[in-house]
Amino acid sequence: MDIKAPNLIKGIHLEGLRVVGDPREHAQRYYAAGADELLYIDIVASLYERNTIGDLVRYTAENVFIPLTVGGGVRSLGDVEGLLKDGADKVAINTAATKNPDLVRDVSRRFGSQCMVLGIEGKRRGDGTWEALRDNGREHTGLDAVEWARQCEDLGAGEILLTSVDQEGTRRGFDVDLCRAVSQAVSIPVIISGGMGTTQHLVDVVKSGKADAVAVADALHYDRISMDAMRDAAAQSDIHMRSS
Amino acid sequence: MTGAVTVVDYGIGNLLSVQRAFEHCDATVTVTSDPSIIARADRLVVPGVGAFGGCVGELRDRNLIDSILEFTAKGRPFLGICVGMQMMLDISEEFGEHAGLGLIKGRVSAIPTTDSAGAPHKIPFIGWAGLERPGTAEWSQTILADTRPGEAVYFVHSFAAHPVSQSARLADYFYDGAPIVAAIQSGTHFGCQFHPEKSGEVGLKIVRRFSTQ
Repeated sequence: MDIKAPNLIKGIHLEGLRVVGDPREHAQRYYAAGADELLYIDIVASLYERNTIGDLVRYTAENVFIPLTVGGGVRSLGDVEGLLKDGADKVAINTAATKNPDLVRDVSRRFGSQCMVLGIEGKRRGDGTWEALRDNGREHTGLDAVEWARQCEDLGAGEILLTSVDQEGTRRGFDVDLCRAVSQAVSIPVIISGGMGTTQHLVDVVKSGKADAVAVADALHYDRISMDAMRDAAAQSDIHMRSS
Repeated sequence: MTGAVTVVDYGIGNLLSVQRAFEHCDATVTVTSDPSIIARADRLVVPGVGAFGGCVGELRDRNLIDSILEFTAKGRPFLGICVGMQMMLDISEEFGEHAGLGLIKGRVSAIPTTDSAGAPHKIPFIGWAGLERPGTAEWSQTILADTRPGEAVYFVHSFAAHPVSQSARLADYFYDGAPIVAAIQSGTHFGCQFHPEKSGEVGLKIVRRFSTQ
């Protein structure tokens, strides 16, 4: 769930933002439908260097009893501590980690690997590799996404949230190759994000892409695909998805 | 009839989530680091995330270990969550050997990095898995009294408990075919490797049950 407080928003290629609705209502609905976890990305914080998501995190932690990961504009141990205090279980860090990789190590040492989720925004290069971008896909880092994932695993990241900038918001399917490359390079779980258009896309990225978890945004925001439909498709392909 | 639950605050863990889950189940919650309140609690919850040694160290630095043991000696309901559960055992092998509270005999050691067929699998285990009854474990008088085998709860861990006694093993889950301890019990003392406060309605049933133990 991309947040531009107080709204839930959605874009294409992480741009062209539209207001979807009240994130609290969506969070409650997804919880009731059996979502395994909620993921909030404060898309404004990283850009304007401020954080506006605290109230929403507190509301969610008080009313929704599944894990909550919060990212966007997390730059320091103090930012992490604040979000955890507000009720986040895990914190996703992308931009600040690419500028200061030691932050990954410091967060995992101070708060545990279990709460240090590395965000990677992967964009295809012409040569079959991917670059890790930052600032919601606006800026280059020159980092190879797969190498960067490996490096951050060594620094103590406990999980990777992997977004394909190319596929994000397109509904044309996940970047299965990117997912497989990262998932096989590390021993920590990889959550793939960006591009779900059909339930077959979900099956493909788990089966071929070796995704450990799948993040879904606008398919749910706009009621295009129900959680039950995903559950049915997963079950038919022997993928375990818990019932609500 | 749900009652009073005291949550130990030792600077580690998502206390707000634990507190809210119990409040949602109509318990009266006290979050405290006061040793005398802990020792006199009706029911005690010790959460915990991160590394075992760090958690035990924080308890020790706050002089809370004696008061927790004073509480547990009374036989009142105790619940350890995640690393809080692992600390109920004698010893952990996470980053060197660290002594736990010794409420249940056994060790904490790393989850095997390969599955039952020898293929590598992801560590930490993060995600949902169904609770299963190991052997002849009886759930009826326990925190799992309202839980049905197969109902899924949320785990995030790299290390797992190995109680010496099979009878301490209340529930398992299966990771790529191999059983991993999900819950332990000794009398009125319970431990959950999973996070009941983050396991949706299934978890809340467990939270509610503990509040009425």
